[in-house]
Amino acid sequence: MIVAKAKDINEIADKLAGYGKILVAGCATCVAECMAGGEKETAITASALRMALKLRGNQAEVNEITAERQCEWELIEEIATQVNEAEIVVSLACGVGVACMSERFEPKPIIPGVNTVFLGHREKAGLWMERCAACGDCTVDRTGGICPVARCAKSLQNGPCGGSNDGKCEIDPDVDCAWHLIIERLKAMGKLENLKENTPPKNWATSRDGGPRKVVIEDVEE
Amino acid sequence: MNSSSNLQRVLESGEFAVTGEVGPPMGSEAEAVKAKAKILQGCCDAYNVTDNQTAVVRMSSIAASAILLSEGLEPVMQMVCRDRNRIAIQSDILGAAALGIKNCLCLSGDHQSFGAAGKLHGHPGAKNVYDIDSIQLLSVLRDLRDEGKQQGGDAVSGPPEMFIGAAWTPLGDPVDFRVIRLGKKVAAGAQFIQTQSIFDVNGFAKQMKIVRQEGLHEKAFIMAGIIVPKSAGMLKYMNKNVAGVKVPEELIKRMEQASDRKEEGLKVTVELIEQVRQIEGVRGVHIQAIEAEGLIPEIVKRANLLPRPAAGDVN
Repeated sequence: MIVAKAKDINEIADKLAGYGKILVAGCATCVAECMAGGEKETAITASALRMALKLRGNQAEVNEITAERQCEWELIEEIATQVNEAEIVVSLACGVGVACMSERFEPKPIIPGVNTVFLGHREKAGLWMERCAACGDCTVDRTGGICPVARCAKSLQNGPCGGSNDGKCEIDPDVDCAWHLIIERLKAMGKLENLKENTPPKNWATSRDGGPRKVVIEDVEE
Repeated sequence: MNSSSNLQRVLESGEFAVTGEVGPPMGSEAEAVKAKAKILQGCCDAYNVTDNQTAVVRMSSIAASAILLSEGLEPVMQMVCRDRNRIAIQSDILGAAALGIKNCLCLSGDHQSFGAAGKLHGHPGAKNVYDIDSIQLLSVLRDLRDEGKQQGGDAVSGPPEMFIGAAWTPLGDPVDFRVIRLGKKVAAGAQFIQTQSIFDVNGFAKQMKIVRQEGLHEKAFIMAGIIVPKSAGMLKYMNKNVAGVKVPEELIKRMEQASDRKEEGLKVTVELIEQVRQIEGVRGVHIQAIEAEGLIPEIVKRANLLPRPAAGDVN
């Protein structure tokens, strides 16, 4: 899923100067799972904003609503009335939600209330981890299901570099060395041989480097 | 394929080779590079020029290498994958070859979060590249030279003559994968190898035994990395913080108890050189005296490695 993280409330409040009617719009899917922008976080953000704005002498009205998803036209429509009544919307959806909302309600300002950080999963309560970089050309079959593009700080294809120490990455002793994990996983699978062959340069054209991407399924396209 | 690299000729002649290291300045002063060149002239077969080591901006490796050349020293241009994509890398290699640079050491590069291990600001907010990794860089360089072919498939009009090198961390973690990784580098085109600094000679010797079993010592020239110890504190720091560097406790004690640290550091260095030289398959040493390049001539002399074979005298 998409993992996001709440922005500092003052960073959001700074952008709301001069607005009298504000809507905080949550999203009940990915950002709810990662506790950044679901219904509960929307309520918390709205009250924190009320306080932050009051402290700044701003008497703006702050309302709240949570869409099922802000990345689906039909589900965005369900909150259209509330959005139309607001002068500005703080969207707690991921960047996709902010983009869709901005497109649907142009020229109304829709500003992000969270930072979209990665594609990942909930490791345990309160901890989410990055697992995929959406490079567009998945080869994790070769690396035991562990993605070196997402999890190696250098996205090395033939790692590990000389910087791993006791299974940890040179950038931070709290970060696992992806290649250490890959080697251990392949040992357990009896497939360490996978790594003996050199992996040639990757084609990054399928990644963001190739420009904005789209997926088309022709027999479904209207 | 051969280049006209002096380092390659010395290694192929069977002489025990010596390389040193020149860190370019954090500025544009050519004089700083020339001053180091004067100190080091004649004591090594070639001199590594670092490429923004520890992710700190310094004079480019290519430019500093060209200055060394103009002073009559043979550079080993280091090239990291952190800052350039495959387009810039190939272009820089062609340019370096045009300037007369004959050796290239292919590296991943320290991550940009390093900033000289926190001693300087560095540029932790920089976007890293890592379009290709160090093993892929080796094969890209080999194909430019031997196939006359760019990575994308286009022809190279004048292939770059380069002696191709790679780094190896023999005691890096996970240690049982390190010889496999060396084999990958050799398969990708590495002709010479400079290792991470060796203090644990026994540990290194064990890894070299596996290297010999795999026959890798016959496919590439392995040069042992030696760092001149300055103090017990430095050794403790390296032991704790530098990946793949294990410093035996007795060596740390020895530096602690020394009345003249500089002299003790020189003695330790010379002993390490003599010890690694005894290991079958070690064909040379790469000596690093960080911010103390002036010590290298004395070390090489004490290790009885002077005079160096003059360029053209080998064979």
